[in-house]
Amino acid sequence: MDSFVDFDLREIGQNMCKELNIELYKKLYLIRASELTIQKYYNENHMKCPMHMSEGSEAISVGVCHALGERGQIFATYRSHSAFLAKTQDTDFFFAEMYGKDTSPLKGKGGSMHLCHPQYDFMGTSAIVASNIPIAVGAAFANKMKLRDKVVVVFFGDGAIDEGVFWESLNIACLKRLRIIFVCEDNGLAVHTSTSIRRGYNSIIDIVSKFNCHIIESDTTDVSKIYDLASQALEYSHEYPVFMNLKYYRYLEHVGVNEDFDAGYRSKEEFEKYIKEYKDPIELQRLRLLDLIGNDKVEKIEKEIDNKIFQSISRAKNASLSNYKEAYKDVFK
Amino acid sequence: MRKITYCDAIREATVQEMERDPNIFIYGIGVPDHKAIFGSTVGLQKKFGKDRVFDTPIAEDSMTGFGLGAAINGLRPIHVHIRVDFMLLAMNQIANMLSSYNYSTCGQLSVPMTIRTIIGRGWGQGFQHSKTMHSVFAHIPGLKIILPTTAYDAKGMLISAIRDDNPVIVFEHRWLYWQEGEVPEEPYSIPIGEGNILRKGDDITIVATSWMNVEAMFAADILEKRGINVEIVDPRTISPLNDELIIKSVKKTGRCIVADNDWLHCGFSAEIAARVSEKCFNDLEKPVKRIGFAEIPCPTARHLENEFYPNAKNIIREAENMLGLEHMDFTGIEFYSHEKKFKGPF
Repeated sequence: MDSFVDFDLREIGQNMCKELNIELYKKLYLIRASELTIQKYYNENHMKCPMHMSEGSEAISVGVCHALGERGQIFATYRSHSAFLAKTQDTDFFFAEMYGKDTSPLKGKGGSMHLCHPQYDFMGTSAIVASNIPIAVGAAFANKMKLRDKVVVVFFGDGAIDEGVFWESLNIACLKRLRIIFVCEDNGLAVHTSTSIRRGYNSIIDIVSKFNCHIIESDTTDVSKIYDLASQALEYSHEYPVFMNLKYYRYLEHVGVNEDFDAGYRSKEEFEKYIKEYKDPIELQRLRLLDLIGNDKVEKIEKEIDNKIFQSISRAKNASLSNYKEAYKDVFK
Repeated sequence: MRKITYCDAIREATVQEMERDPNIFIYGIGVPDHKAIFGSTVGLQKKFGKDRVFDTPIAEDSMTGFGLGAAINGLRPIHVHIRVDFMLLAMNQIANMLSSYNYSTCGQLSVPMTIRTIIGRGWGQGFQHSKTMHSVFAHIPGLKIILPTTAYDAKGMLISAIRDDNPVIVFEHRWLYWQEGEVPEEPYSIPIGEGNILRKGDDITIVATSWMNVEAMFAADILEKRGINVEIVDPRTISPLNDELIIKSVKKTGRCIVADNDWLHCGFSAEIAARVSEKCFNDLEKPVKRIGFAEIPCPTARHLENEFYPNAKNIIREAENMLGLEHMDFTGIEFYSHEKKFKGPF
């Protein structure tokens, strides 16, 4: 009887694991395919906003947003295609806003750098480095005051750590023991400037560890590992704020839809070495899924997502531009 | 009616609003300490607790973003700066984030946040403790900028600011803290964007902000003895600006002096001069004149500081020039001065 129960539970566990891996892959694939779609159409010059692409970082936002689920309230940056889609999967909104169309709830006022979807607790982004961080801390304070079971997540790059406001914000979050997870998406670059020539210290972890917070660090591109780490962070966050330093490699230029390995600040060889060692996050999860559910099912999933994106971009292209009068609305509530 | 000071009016407005709405909290450097922001936050922490009334690290930038984050997530913050000069550390959050959150989200996330900031002068405060700079903030769309002058305004306008769903910056002049005025005990609100005629007259219009209204009233009393009737218009809200009262007054008097509690260059006084020339060109007897801070950083020593700040004397002289009157002798007239009221430290 005992062994029967054990067997049953194990099967449920495996199914849950399978479902989880499918869900994680769906999100990863949705993000990558959406950005490839942007790359395909950007040169038509109808998406009239600067693009800061997420390619290479997807496992971080997918792992974190999925682990937090509906409890997560997300703040992100100008490089947030990945976080936005990981949290909302709303490709209709996403593409409509890229084109400044009437069908976007933001009516073209935000564009790629200022995505915001409060209905999904995607609470806003900033194109000023680190400026979203204190806002996230204040939102966490509101959750505490209103006794809400919400956890704020704030994404930012390693460049944000150069800003004083990062340290001010970390300090106040730790002082007030707010429920917040700081996620540094560390690509080792601030625009084109590497960490080594920006920092007068060796380890960010050493310094942050002196604050009253929990620390998690990783350089994995494996979304399921990041999911586990974020689940751990969620537990830790009951007690203290959490600082996650998660490394990744930025595939494309700082702004724009192209590679820039010919610019001289890094080499294609460096990138290829990285990919060989760490693997692309989408490829890695795809390989896992092939083992779990087989090629046909994986391709079926991909086809469905491709179709969703095709529908969204078609709707976006066919929609009317937002009315010029929108420019004058909402200066004040 | 009962009379209380401007400072007590601020405190009373805060208490009554915090009693009404548990989402309101007040914070800032020194808010709960024994000096209590010149007395304007006395007893608040005892009454409302440490969660709703608290001191902060010396971190104006992040604490402004903190208020914004709380505001878009259901609370109504009041952030206090004991000097406007310190608020400049938060310029990024104010200009880049606070002003545009409602706009960029198409009204989905509004920012019901009040920022109180104290301006003022005196006792050698020097160039880093004496600015006003309301024009700099009024320049930015998405912010409401108010400068209450009387105790009655202080209570009614602060209540409006707290109840407003937009970021409102309240500029409070330190010298006005002692001014007494009739203030109803019950809560009331003065709409943001509504100016006030402080004194009626037909000969010349003075548009004044904050403390300069006190100087203008003093000047008007003196000019009245010479048969000159001054009309004083206090816009109270400088952004968004409703200029109706000003335009109506200048159309009546044909003469306009702007006495701003700030520098002139690119300032609020320039805005008023431009509007008056656009809308009252054919009614003007003389060009608009402007009075404000000298075009220098504020020096510290008293005799130098006196060069920096304008007062009733400057207003009287400009009125005399505009009306073609002889310059009167000021001997025996007691003008406002530091020594009469204030012995420092601030």
